[in-house]
Amino acid sequence: MTNAGGEAYLSPASLLNEQIKIRESKSMSSIMQSKNMGARLDKLFRGTTMFFAFLVFILLFGIVLTLFVGSLPALKAFGPSFFTSTAWNPVEIQFGGLVPIYGTFITALIAMVIGIPVSFGIAIFITELSPVWLKRPIGIAIELLAGIPSIIYGMWGLFVFAPLFADHVQPWINDNLGALPLIGQVFQGPPMGIGMLTAGFILAIMTIPFTSSVMRDVFEIVPTMLKESAYGLGSTTWEVVWNVVLPYTKTGVVGGIMLGLGRALGETMAVTFVIGNAHELSASLMMPGNTISSALANEFTEAVGDIYTSSLITLGLTLFVITFVVLALAKILLIRLSMREGKQS
Amino acid sequence: MTQLNNKRYLRRKIVNNLTLSISLLTVLFALTFLVWILWTLFSQGLSHVGLDVFTKMTPPPGSSGGLLNAIVGSLYMVLIATFIGTPVGVLAGTYLAEYGKSGWLAPTTRFINDILLSAPSIVIGLFVYEVAVNTVGHFSGWAGALALSLIVIPVVVRTTENMMQLVPSTLREAAAALGAPYWKVIVNIVYRSAKTGIMTGLLLAVARISGETAPLLFTALNNQFWSADMSKPISSLAVVIFQFAMSPYEDWQHLAWAGALLITLFVLGLNILARTIFRPSQSQS
Repeated sequence: MTNAGGEAYLSPASLLNEQIKIRESKSMSSIMQSKNMGARLDKLFRGTTMFFAFLVFILLFGIVLTLFVGSLPALKAFGPSFFTSTAWNPVEIQFGGLVPIYGTFITALIAMVIGIPVSFGIAIFITELSPVWLKRPIGIAIELLAGIPSIIYGMWGLFVFAPLFADHVQPWINDNLGALPLIGQVFQGPPMGIGMLTAGFILAIMTIPFTSSVMRDVFEIVPTMLKESAYGLGSTTWEVVWNVVLPYTKTGVVGGIMLGLGRALGETMAVTFVIGNAHELSASLMMPGNTISSALANEFTEAVGDIYTSSLITLGLTLFVITFVVLALAKILLIRLSMREGKQS
Repeated sequence: MTQLNNKRYLRRKIVNNLTLSISLLTVLFALTFLVWILWTLFSQGLSHVGLDVFTKMTPPPGSSGGLLNAIVGSLYMVLIATFIGTPVGVLAGTYLAEYGKSGWLAPTTRFINDILLSAPSIVIGLFVYEVAVNTVGHFSGWAGALALSLIVIPVVVRTTENMMQLVPSTLREAAAALGAPYWKVIVNIVYRSAKTGIMTGLLLAVARISGETAPLLFTALNNQFWSADMSKPISSLAVVIFQFAMSPYEDWQHLAWAGALLITLFVLGLNILARTIFRPSQSQS
């Protein structure tokens, strides 16, 4: 446009002027056209990206709906008692989900009892203690733990860890913790190596990288001024962590724990190797058990008949709903922390 | 008085030293398992990794063989899953980063995506079984690739969004001021600046699905023979490792360890590549 205008100014001849006017109007229209094109392409691009975002959005409902439809036969046959029954009999077509649901929660609980303090310690080490040059290598090494495929944890757990655990750790637990009043029963059992305790322990190692990396991230957002004020008053490093860093990041820490919990609840292959796959409810952690995910991995392809398959799908739906709630809580807590941080800064 | 203060000071000092030593121990605890697992893989697997592993099919129990069909099957499914998952993930991530400032769809999708990111992979397998196996009537490599792609998508969405948000808005404004329509700004400016970051996310996604077993169990199933036909059950390294490791046959177990070593080296290699080469000193801390 400016070009055309400039030419018009430079050429005095009216004929030329005329020509230029024509050219100008032409270029005007082509610009308008390309503007229209641009706007249309803009809309198209926006629409395309929106479509795929919507696809991700709808995926969740697709999963829930599909699993719900799949679980209808079992729910119709057994009703709500499916969730309280310990029956698991493919021959008589009697199924109940209590054993795997219980196992899922117990193994995840063991994982949390071991995993939370360790993750906390790692996060403290990386954010408060480690020299700067060591932070990155240690961070990467811990994250590599999350990179190791779950099936490898399973093989290692079954062939290497479980025998050692049976020979050296379980007898000790039997003798010492098993002798305790009231809770002793929980720690008594045959030292087989496999079972819920082993599964929980391996889950703990697997969730450590997730929990500790969230903890580390939230510890790092604590304003340096706050920490320095506490140090200035004469606090030790531990007192700063316990009285300043932890209260400040409380919601984020809980969010990280929930994230680890969500992982532990849904973990499949590692547990399948070491849980023992027994449909029996027992108070002892040494006994083999089952989790929802390992029941699915072990039995789904071999399940015969609608009710059997549908019962397993019901378990899958239950697992999905449980992890959804846990992960959603984790997310909400983390969002709340970052919102508070946003307000303050 | 001073004595009391000294005592208290001493106690605080001891508590401090104790807790900080424990914190050091927790790091060593975690690293021990990393080293232990890697050492196990090398000591058990290395002696069974030979040329046979890459040139022969999975054997029946009691005879020698390799893992060729499993490796090829894994490769196919991972490739296809990446090809399906990447465009979907990148475009959805683009929406969240560029158009996600208003409306309900973006925040909800972001929330759901973060949950899908950690959702149990076995449930994804169950979903794909219902959608792509039960309806067709047989297991297939396509179903396996689809299940894996559903795991790729959330990872790619997340990294794409994060990386695009790191691109300074002054760059976008500069391009817009020159008259570029928004889609051109995104494609030519934002994508280009965020390329390395998005690639990193992609590598991590590939690393993640390469070792996945659970979603393949009831989608791709397994196949003892050579098959490159994606519409039939197809073998994959992870599922073969599972089957062979759980078997009582020694040959199979040896092959399982060899496969375990290969898969772990591949996955960890991708992880290290993504974290070191593709992410230059941007997050030093």
